[in-house]
Amino acid sequence: MRKGWSNAAGNRRHETGSPSAGRVAASGTPERMNIVITGHVDHGKSTLVGRLLTDTRSLPEGKLEAVRNACEKNGRVFEYSMLLDALEDEQKQGITIDSARVFFKSARREYIMIDAPGHVEFLRNMLSGASRAVAAVLVIDAVEGVAENSRRHGLLLSLLGISQVVVVINKLDLYRYDETVFHAIRQEYERYLESLDVKPVAFIPVSAREGKNIVTPAPETPWYRGKTVLEILDGFNNPVPEEDAFFAMPLQDVYRFSNDNDERRIYAGTVVSGRVAVGDRVRFLPSGREARIASIEAWSAPVKTVAKMHESTGFTLVEDIYAKSGEVLVKVDENAPVQTASRLQANMIWLSGNPLTFGKSYLLKLGAAKVEARLEKIERVLGDARDDMADSSPCALNRNACGSVILRLARPIALTSFHENASLGRFVLVDDHDAAGGGIVLAPLPEEAARPALPEGFEDTLFLLLRKYFPHRFPDTGKRPDPESSSSI
Amino acid sequence: MNKIERLEAQSIFIIREAYKSFRNIGMLWSIGKDSTVLLWLAKKAFFGHVPFDLIHVDTRYKIPEMIAYRDEIARKLKLRLVVGQNIQALAEKRTFVDGLDRLACCRELKSNALIHTLDGSWPRRFYDPQKDAWMEIARAEPYNAVIVGVRSDEEGSRSKERVFSARDEKSEWDASAQPPELWNLYKTEFAPKTHVRVHPLLEWTELNIWEYIEKEEIPVIPVYFDQGAGKRYRSLGCYPCTSPVESTAKNPADIIEELVSGKFRNVAERSGRAQDKDGGGTLETLRKEGYM
Repeated sequence: MRKGWSNAAGNRRHETGSPSAGRVAASGTPERMNIVITGHVDHGKSTLVGRLLTDTRSLPEGKLEAVRNACEKNGRVFEYSMLLDALEDEQKQGITIDSARVFFKSARREYIMIDAPGHVEFLRNMLSGASRAVAAVLVIDAVEGVAENSRRHGLLLSLLGISQVVVVINKLDLYRYDETVFHAIRQEYERYLESLDVKPVAFIPVSAREGKNIVTPAPETPWYRGKTVLEILDGFNNPVPEEDAFFAMPLQDVYRFSNDNDERRIYAGTVVSGRVAVGDRVRFLPSGREARIASIEAWSAPVKTVAKMHESTGFTLVEDIYAKSGEVLVKVDENAPVQTASRLQANMIWLSGNPLTFGKSYLLKLGAAKVEARLEKIERVLGDARDDMADSSPCALNRNACGSVILRLARPIALTSFHENASLGRFVLVDDHDAAGGGIVLAPLPEEAARPALPEGFEDTLFLLLRKYFPHRFPDTGKRPDPESSSSI
Repeated sequence: MNKIERLEAQSIFIIREAYKSFRNIGMLWSIGKDSTVLLWLAKKAFFGHVPFDLIHVDTRYKIPEMIAYRDEIARKLKLRLVVGQNIQALAEKRTFVDGLDRLACCRELKSNALIHTLDGSWPRRFYDPQKDAWMEIARAEPYNAVIVGVRSDEEGSRSKERVFSARDEKSEWDASAQPPELWNLYKTEFAPKTHVRVHPLLEWTELNIWEYIEKEEIPVIPVYFDQGAGKRYRSLGCYPCTSPVESTAKNPADIIEELVSGKFRNVAERSGRAQDKDGGGTLETLRKEGYM
């Protein structure tokens, strides 16, 4: 039976009419994982990915030969990285400029390998790639050892909350697979990562160019009894949605399409935690309005009564209420840790050439909310002391610097800490039209703490003075006026 | 949720974000499988509605079945369909068939037709579903943004695209200077006069597209299937530059089999597309100038 295009706006098929609903895709690998490859420039990231593609036979037929032939014609030495550096500028300069999505399959699952650039100038591209990943490979060149971006990328992974990390120590063929070289680098880097609370699952001695310990164990490293790179990747896990977690959904938009006599007002969004069902009572934050779910809407799908985490869904409400895009829906009967706040403490990175400074207005985007934000405080600049990030002055966050900051918003929004919920606990800052920075929320902060701390007794003294000089406006009633109603001062 | 359901949800999120962010937005529909999946996802995103124009660039050299399929679907789904064409180049015989090289022909009939249809400087043909009639619009409003079904696994420069990707006033793409794009917090704020390409399918592979077509039973154009002659199209374009592949796949399940373990396991999808073959960087050059 063909479903075909249906024109009915609210077309609903019934469970019986959907023979393939819920069936596992025919490729036999229902899972997909995004992994980012990071590390300093020239440490061999693209070579590692090129080698993984070649050794898992994931390349299109003739691609390897075509690149080899092109090299021969132009008198260049073949590099596996040439399989990936697709832009003309990249091939000319021999470096990766922008993150590439590369697809390959193992017996376990499909992968998107995100080959991130290692040059500091392209940090924004590295971050764009890494923010899509659930696991990371950090590549270190055995000859150069731990370099500036080995440390910086480690810091950024911890900032992005990527906890599944493997460190690959590359180019060991140049040291005839000397165990002591491997251990020395491992020790140094492990100590650094520990300071960031990043705990790699493994350190692997490899030669990407020679294909050692990439998909098959290398006889050259008999002293290494651990897993190959591919085995480690296959051992990583996608985060599993917690079935009993609280429900939360940023309201992306409200639709009311009037053509074809469609009367529905649909509240649409992507569920970022838990589940919601028809009949549940929901609350919109920060407005506090409440309503009951009347129906879960879907086109060309079986009738739905539940919407779960990760689903892009929409529903109608029993009581049509006014709600704006950017609010967050929670269930009334759940104690969701979603808070309403207009200040937040965050770890963030700044990527724009114009530093993050005080007294300037930015646009903060979090969930579906957009709100004006200002820098209130830079608590500290993050990074290694040997790193140039530590040089940035505390009155601004310069390009590529990371810091702990406090931001103040023009109005309250609904959010959580990153630890409570990733989607409701991360944000970007837009400066004019420039996506300038991003970060994760350590904690939403209460409004009161923002008021400057006054010396003890200041308020009383001030009030006495006011009553003395403005007796007509501050009559002696024996009690202090409510500060909220004294706006006429 | 399996990977296909995740991809679907992610793409719907992007399409909704695009619709929310731009006043005058359209969706490119090449009649091929990817942009037809995109149309399907739009109907999912907006609960049966397609709240924007679909734009087709007609080179006049499209495989004939494509135009018939296009018009049939537009009428059936009551789509607002906009068709653009480089009428002048066709009249002056500046095409590959008339002796121009492939790259220059793509530039004329596709890139230029697309750019000038989008910015409203060339006339658009418009199918009005309410009146069931075609009409001509001489000076139309420019689109601020278009949703395009390109995928990362098709070709190198597409593997480096952003989901929300800006083009400057001359429709040019600066591939080496793209802004950061963190998580799904897409930057939807752009300077005036910027034109934006939105790419909801970047993380889909050719295999994922067919897995979704099979799961959803999407009626794609039948030239993708063997009609009995042992040939079918794997990728659709203009007939002088696109050849069918030898294949007896008669339905999406057969095609998935071919891609997973069969004859096309390691053969590039666009291997039947001649414009990709004239030296390295050709498609990138076209894309920098405004090609999709």
